[in-house]
Amino acid sequence: MKSMTQSRTPVTIPFDPNWKTIMECAALEVFEMMANVRLTLNPAPTEAPTGGQTAMVGMAGALCGMTTIRCTRSTATKLAALMLGEEAVSNPASARDALGELCNMVAGNFKAKITGLADACMLSVPTVIAGEDYSMDTAEPAEGVTIALVYETENIWVTLVTHS
Amino acid sequence: MKKLKVLIVDDSSVMRKIVERALRQAGLDINEVAEASNGAEALAEIQKGVPDMILSDINMPVMDGLEFLKNLATLDSAKGVPVIMITTEGSEARVVEALSAGAKGYLRKPFTPEQVKERVAPLLGGGQ
Repeated sequence: MKSMTQSRTPVTIPFDPNWKTIMECAALEVFEMMANVRLTLNPAPTEAPTGGQTAMVGMAGALCGMTTIRCTRSTATKLAALMLGEEAVSNPASARDALGELCNMVAGNFKAKITGLADACMLSVPTVIAGEDYSMDTAEPAEGVTIALVYETENIWVTLVTHS
Repeated sequence: MKKLKVLIVDDSSVMRKIVERALRQAGLDINEVAEASNGAEALAEIQKGVPDMILSDINMPVMDGLEFLKNLATLDSAKGVPVIMITTEGSEARVVEALSAGAKGYLRKPFTPEQVKERVAPLLGGGQ
């Protein structure tokens, strides 16, 4: 008797450089809808991502990697005030949590725009790091996109890192 | 205009505040907001007082939104209370499962106050 057992091959969606445009669209939508602020793209940022607050959301499944949003603490606080009201300004934890939720929604909105990814990629709960002097490294090989969105005069950095 | 009691269920306290703010920005006359951080807490909250509407996240620890819906269906006191599911991930399978389990609608994050109103107001009957 032949075995009917079938092995399920995990489907992996490979990185596509066009995801940069999709991430731009996903991020701009989230900021406009949740914070009621229309950001502009910085087409040619001259600096590396900086800022004292970094929110991270892990992605696992058909796409493995991470979405991050990095900005200054001042920008994070202003965004939190736009999302939650002015009382958020007095609570640093609210500003951090709001940035985490924004990151979660950007990652979710991004994957919802990729065919076949919405149901095949899980998101972690957000983590937020506070501090200026650190670098982030991920396991190789990794590919990704980074975009800079301008809020007032400061950049908000949105990065997607994927592992194949 | 009828004043409303709404129960917001989400493991993120910030998201609960965002949903409440969106409801108020949508012009809905919310009189009382109860909060719970998972389905089990929501069921306990309902025992204290039945809300006019429930907005619930799907992915939560302890008891997720789908399990919450199944438990809610066994409560006679909560029969007819509309539940709207909130999801981040655009996962069609989870949304379909939620609608099959009794949810009256869903709201995908990100959302605007206008979208909240479009989804919520028709389920509240007269007065909104």
